[in-house]
Order: sequence, then structure tokens, then C-alpha cells
Amino acid sequence: MAAQNKIINNFSITIATVNGSGSQTANTTLLRALFKMGIPVSGKNLFPSNIQGLPTWYTIRVSKDGFTARRDEQEVFVCMNPASFEKDLAEVLPGGAFFYADHIKNPITRTDISVYPMPIRKLVKTADVSPGLRDYIANMIYVGILAHTLGIDLEKIHSALDFHFKGKPKPIESNINMVKAGAEWASKNLSKSDPYWVEPMDKTKGLIMADGNTAGALGAIYGGVQFAAWYPITPASSLAESLNEYLPKLRKNAEGKHTYAVVQAEDELSAIGMTVGAGWSGLRSMTSTSGPGLSLMTEYAGMAYFAEVPIVVWDVQRIGPSTGLPTRTSQGDLTFTNFMGHGDTQHVILLPGSVNECFEFGSLALDLAEHLQTPIFVLSDLDLGMNQWMTDAFRYPDKPLDRGKVLWEEDLEKIKGDWGRYKDIDGDGIPYRTLVGNRHPKSGYFARGTGHDEYARYSENPQVWEANMNRLRIKYKTARTIVPKPIIDSSEKSDIGIITFGSNEPAVYEARTILKLEGITTDYLRLRAIPFTNEVAEFVKSHKRVYIVETNHDGQLNQLITIELPGQAKKFKSICLDNGLSLSASWIKEKIQGMEAK
Amino acid sequence: MAIPVTNTNQIGLQKNDYKGLPSTLCQGCGHNSISNQIITACYELGLVPEEILKFSGIGCSSKSPAYFLERSFGFNSLHGRMAPLATGAVFADTSLKALGVSGDGDTASIGMSGFKHMLRRNTPMVYIVENNGVYGLTKGQFSATAEVGLSLKHQGTNPYMPVDICMEAIISNATFVGRSFAGDPKQVKELIKAALNHRGVAVLDIISPCVTFNNQVNAFHSYTWGKDHEAPLHEISFVPKLDEIILADDFMPGTVTEVCLHDGSMIVLKKLEKDYDPTDRWQALHMLEESQRNNWLVTGLIYIECDTPTLTDRHNLPDTPLNRLTDKDLRPAPETLDQINSSML
Repeated sequence: MAAQNKIINNFSITIATVNGSGSQTANTTLLRALFKMGIPVSGKNLFPSNIQGLPTWYTIRVSKDGFTARRDEQEVFVCMNPASFEKDLAEVLPGGAFFYADHIKNPITRTDISVYPMPIRKLVKTADVSPGLRDYIANMIYVGILAHTLGIDLEKIHSALDFHFKGKPKPIESNINMVKAGAEWASKNLSKSDPYWVEPMDKTKGLIMADGNTAGALGAIYGGVQFAAWYPITPASSLAESLNEYLPKLRKNAEGKHTYAVVQAEDELSAIGMTVGAGWSGLRSMTSTSGPGLSLMTEYAGMAYFAEVPIVVWDVQRIGPSTGLPTRTSQGDLTFTNFMGHGDTQHVILLPGSVNECFEFGSLALDLAEHLQTPIFVLSDLDLGMNQWMTDAFRYPDKPLDRGKVLWEEDLEKIKGDWGRYKDIDGDGIPYRTLVGNRHPKSGYFARGTGHDEYARYSENPQVWEANMNRLRIKYKTARTIVPKPIIDSSEKSDIGIITFGSNEPAVYEARTILKLEGITTDYLRLRAIPFTNEVAEFVKSHKRVYIVETNHDGQLNQLITIELPGQAKKFKSICLDNGLSLSASWIKEKIQGMEAK
Repeated sequence: MAIPVTNTNQIGLQKNDYKGLPSTLCQGCGHNSISNQIITACYELGLVPEEILKFSGIGCSSKSPAYFLERSFGFNSLHGRMAPLATGAVFADTSLKALGVSGDGDTASIGMSGFKHMLRRNTPMVYIVENNGVYGLTKGQFSATAEVGLSLKHQGTNPYMPVDICMEAIISNATFVGRSFAGDPKQVKELIKAALNHRGVAVLDIISPCVTFNNQVNAFHSYTWGKDHEAPLHEISFVPKLDEIILADDFMPGTVTEVCLHDGSMIVLKKLEKDYDPTDRWQALHMLEESQRNNWLVTGLIYIECDTPTLTDRHNLPDTPLNRLTDKDLRPAPETLDQINSSML
């Protein structure tokens, strides 16, 4: 094929397999091999709520320009699943490439694409592995065929396998042998008629490839987490499992003792209950869950807010209401979390927008919780939490741990034991606390979710109640000044502003790039925390139209910003999508273009 | 030689140092009597109030920790959620003792799951259930421990079988299970002392009559029924490890069982009518089953095992309390992060 017709490093590969068939190893190996070639990539797993048998798709986007958002278009397709064959075949872009396992006997109904049958079963029989492993290893054949056809470096595939199998020679060898068998077959038998190629670049230097849940766990570990309780739930489980993986390696002291404890609870009620108990007793304490678990945590969240107990709650969001689509992404817990609890409750929320930020906020959330003596919610999502992303290498924290206002024996000695647990000495709404084990005779107090005065004594007095609630509002104001500020790009000096948060970042970034090519410039604000800092109001005030882009049904950030800035509400234009998929740039672009044309 | 009159205990504290605020519960409430025994037990054991953590859930019983040990740290948590809260808190400093007070609604209805999971983890704490068969604070509805057929003025007749807290505790692998009656303060006190010295979870199901809503003569949870029907398994005394055990004359061989606790202190059980071995789980369950069928209020130390590792034992914690560790203990060295980054290339 003539060189000028080649399409290099700018397409998507989707692999259709049967859930539970071990394709995840093959797919992430491809992803990491491309990353190791220096080509910007992203990978998204679209999987069912099922252990084995239902269709699953994995999409790898190769982008020389560094775009990592989901695309709606797929140029290269690998179909290993008879059940999805017809649909998959229909989805390939004209001019695209369609690889399929040749034991699937469905008719090929298209002539506008390159079609490559692959003798998967025949090749796998030649492998020197037990029959039970054949299904798993069969996926490595398409890795080999793709490697040959697209030009992926086999050495990089080898080192990606080395990464996956943590250097264990046996599985690495049996897998790479299958890859080689696939590549060899392709070199002898497959004549390439599609234009898609990869070529090495140098655009992944300084980057690592990780998922947000691992990053969040590592962030917490470097942030000194001491206690975690959790209950299994997709898509949050891997966060706690990462704690269990890394804590024993990173947090044993010189005597081999653990400076932490992780407990798998009986349900989310208990997971947060344990977290509150640990937070109250002075441990840096966290739990991690997703929507249904968060619902169960509500009562304790309200109590922790009111009794002023530092805890961190990670919510790796999936789509709801109810059980919803347990394996699909969403940002639908924003308003719920903001007000979580009965009575007047307002929580502090962190909104990481990248894997690196999951790491950073893993630590920061623990600092803020102890500083503010309140629950800190970190809202990630399935897309960010479970998919592998290129991201900046994790940076070692540059500040000491913030343990907040704690009085130990010597502190109480100095003030002759004259203190009140809920007394606002400093005017920032944040009182002082003592921790269990403090032996000073004035150290103890009785924490409670019932009405209490400045000395933590039970009180039903109306003035006492009001004064306490007012102080909690002062504390919330203090939070405004210390939570992470938004990321802002106002360099276009446009009338149009876009506000978004979390994992929407790559799609919005790409949409702005395309919009600009088509003559629409935009400024940008990515929110990183609630309460809103002053920068949000300033950004809104300095733009005529503000598009609020989010992945939920009702435009929840739009709702919260409208409450925050009612006078500016006319400017807000809500763009939201809630179908289980992450946003694509072309969808955002079309929405904004359409609304601008009106 | 005259023994000087002293009003302080072995660590120089007075009984007042163990008291709390005045109770706001009803006059004659069994819970007040239990609070008094907690105060006396801690005073007599010479515990440092700051070294005791108090926990409770929601309900009349759960208010009571305000009425004892005012100097201690305490947490009045949510309805049915004391167990997980205490489970998280005991990790902070394992040199402290945890003492929780809950009720029958709090434990056997809304909090059953957390209660049983706390037991299977052997969370080191004393867990007292002040069991009166009704929800007092909401004006007398049946609780899950109310006997079938119990009739109450505004509630009608209870159609359901009761939950036996001690049986639930034993089948959930609790390592110390006792039952007592608020009208038997000496036994309550000795059981509390023993429980406070048990290494692991200690459940005390104390029948504690609600004088306002469930104290009819024929009700299982009433004072009258208890006084008339309490059948102690043994006469129980707790002997701290420092005291030399001198058996009284009437403690004939074969009439006394000694259970040695982890810290060297001892529970001395004097035989009453029948032989009873509280280290025999099967016998304990059999006895509870028999009592349930016959509506007997059998009290005493029902079950004990002394050598099971506690929740915190299983976590390999350092000697320094976790909540006193500093940055250098809690943040891994910078080079470890470099290694992690390079493992993710």
C-alpha cells in the first residue's frame, strides 16, 4: 500500500470477546505495548455485570495527538464472539479492518472493509499448554495477528506481558509463544488491505499507565492512611484490594509490624461505621464504595458531619438509580453526596479528573478530613477508576501530613484542661479535639449525634442548636478557602465558558480542540472540589454563556452551580449524557455547536 | 490492728471519679442499677477512667453511658450501629478497654448483623445488652426479645418467637457470654469485672426491667419474674491477678471451678445445684435451649474461651498506639514511590 494512504497512530481498535474468556490480559497487553512504543493510547473496557458468558468489548484508542477520550467510531475490529458478530461487523467504519475467529460462520455482509478471518482454533492446538488453558491463551493469537498487521513491536508485547505476569517466566513464555504463532501466521497468510498502522513515537515519556482505583489507594498509603473498612462492590472493589496489595509492602515498620489495619466489613453500614469509629479515635480513616453502598452509608455520613469526625469516603460512581447498570460509568452521585444526610447537611467533595489526581487526592482527602474534622468525599467513577490511563508519574507529597487541631496531654496541661470539644477558638469554625488514649483527666468527652453544646454536653436548647449549626457553616466557608482550586484555561478570551469535572476532562479537551478548528473558541474550567472556590464565580461572571458538561441525566453540577450563583443562572446551559458510556468529543462538539447556532 | 477507713481505691481515685451525670431514665429502671454496677466494678478494679472507652447505640440503654465514667471518652453512635463503630475505634490504642451498652432493640433487631459480625471478629470489648423486651424511648413497642404471647396495654399480644441473645452470641463464636438480671447486682458486678478482664469480646445479656412499659408480674423481663425465677448456674466471683486466692471453708473441693483469664486474673465459680462447665460450648447451647423451652431465667457465666486471638491481635499492630504514630511511621520513603512509578511504565 502506498505510504501516503497509510493512517498512522490515529484510530481505534475494538475487541469483542466473551466475558470471562481471559481477554483482559490480551487487551491490556496490546494497550501497554503501544504505550511502550511511545504512542499515546487509552483503553476502555465495556463489560457486562456477569462472571462468564456475556459479550464484552475493549476499545483501544491510538492517538498521535494525545487524545484519550472515548470515540464513537471504530476503524479496526477484532471479533471473537459469535453472539455479537453481526452487530460488530455493522459497526466498523467504511475502509476499516475486521478480524474475526474463523470458526464463526456468520455471513460477511460488507464489501467496504478489509476482512481477515483468523484460524484461532487451529493455531491454539499447536500450543504446548494444557487444554484448560487454551481458551485463555487463544486471545494471544489475535494479539500476534494484530501486531503483525498494524506494526506493533513484538519486543514491547513481550515486556508488556512481563509487566502483566510480574516477571513469572512460565506464563510469559506460553503467552508470547502464542503471540509469535499469530504473528507468524499473519506474515505468511494475511495480505493487508487496510490503511491502519502504528509507528513508534516519543510521546509517553514521563508518563505511567495505571487505573484510578490503584492510584487512589496508593495516594492514601502515601497520605498515611491507618484504617480502611470496605465492602465489595463494582466498580470500587479494586480500590480496597489495592490497599490490601500495597499496604503490606509499604507500611511495615522496622519490627515488621503493620502501621495500618484494613477490615472487610459485613455491609456498607458497618464499613462506614468502622471508619467513623477509627476516625474519631484518631486514625486516618477511609472507606470506598459505589452508589448503592453510598446510599447505605447515608446515616453515618450525616452523623460524622454533625459529630465532626474526620473520614474519607471514596465513591467510584456507576450508573443508577438503584442497582442500575453496575458495570457502566456515570457522575450521578454528585447532588446526593453534596447533601448526603437528613437535616441540613453540606459535604466537602473532591473531584479527581485524572489518574494522577486520584493519587494526589488520595492523600489530600485525609489531610482535609483531619484539618476540617468532617467527612471528605472523593467522587471518582468507573471509567477513571477501572480503566488504564496514561498519566503523569505519581509525585511524592511535598507537605507533611496535616493532622488538624489535636490536643494531647501536654497541650491540655498548658491550658489547664480548659477546652470545649465544639468551641470555636480560632474563628474558622474548626474546634479542637482530643483522641482516645489521652490520659489527661480533662481529655475525655462524649461524642454524639444528638444536640450538643460547646463542651459536647447533651443539649436541646434552641440557641445552642442554632449556634452549632451556624458554626458548621463557618467551617464550610473555611473549606472553600482550602479545597483544590479549579483548573482554568481562559486563554481564548472567549464569550463561551465550559465547566466540567472528573473523567470528562479528556473529552472536553478534545471537543474544545475540534470546536476551535471549526471557529468556536472556548474557555475552560475543570472543577476539582465542592464547596466552590471564588474562582468559579469569577469564571462564570466573565463569560456570557457557560456550558456545564457532565455525565448524568439531570445536570447535577448545573443544579449545584445554579444554587450557588442564582443571579448567573441564565447563562448556564446544561449538556449531559447518561447512558452508561463516557463522553465523546464529537458528541460534546455537536451539542455546543448546535446550541451556539440557536 | 484497725484497718484505716479509706475512700479511695488502689490507684487513689474515689468512687466519684467513676460517676457520670445524673440519670434521666425512669426511677427504678434496671439500666440505672447496671450503671451503678459498672461504676462499682471499675472503681473496685482500680481502672483508670481515661483508659476506658464507652460506646452505645440509640435507645434508653444507649443513653446510660452518660451516667457513668464521665472522665472516659465515649461515643453515643447510631441505632444498631455501635458494634462497627467500636470495631473501628479499638484499633487506635489497644491498651484501652472498650465497654459498650446497647439494648435489645439496638442489638437484636436493627443491629443484629453488626452485632454478630463483631462477635465473629472477637472485637476486644465488653458488650452489655440491657434487655427489657420493649422499645422504651418510643413508648413501649415489642422488641425482638419479647416473649411470644406477651400482652401489653397498647400493643396487643406479641405473635413472634423471641431472639435469645446469648444463643445468638454463642453460635456467632463469641468468646465470653454471660446472662444476668439487674435485680441481682452482685452477680452483675462480678460478671462485669470478669468481662472487663476478658481478652476478646464479652457479651452480657442483662435482663433489665422497664418499669414503665414491661414490668407486669408475669412478664419475663419484669422484676417480679426475675426475682422469683432467676436460676444462677453458679456463684461467681472475680479475683484480680494480684490477689491471693484464699478459698473459704465452704468451698469444698469439687464445688469450685476456676477459669484463668489471659491477664492472670481468675473467675471463681462456686457450684450450685448442678455441674456446669462454661468452657463447653455444646453444654452451653443445650442449657440455653432447655431454658428457652421452660422459660427459665438462667444466669451466670454461660460460655468462655480464653485463648482466641482478638480482632486487633490478628492485625499485627506495633506497640506504640496507632493513633500516636507520626509522619515518619506513616509515609513510605520516597524511593518506594519511584519503584512504583517505574513498575507502571
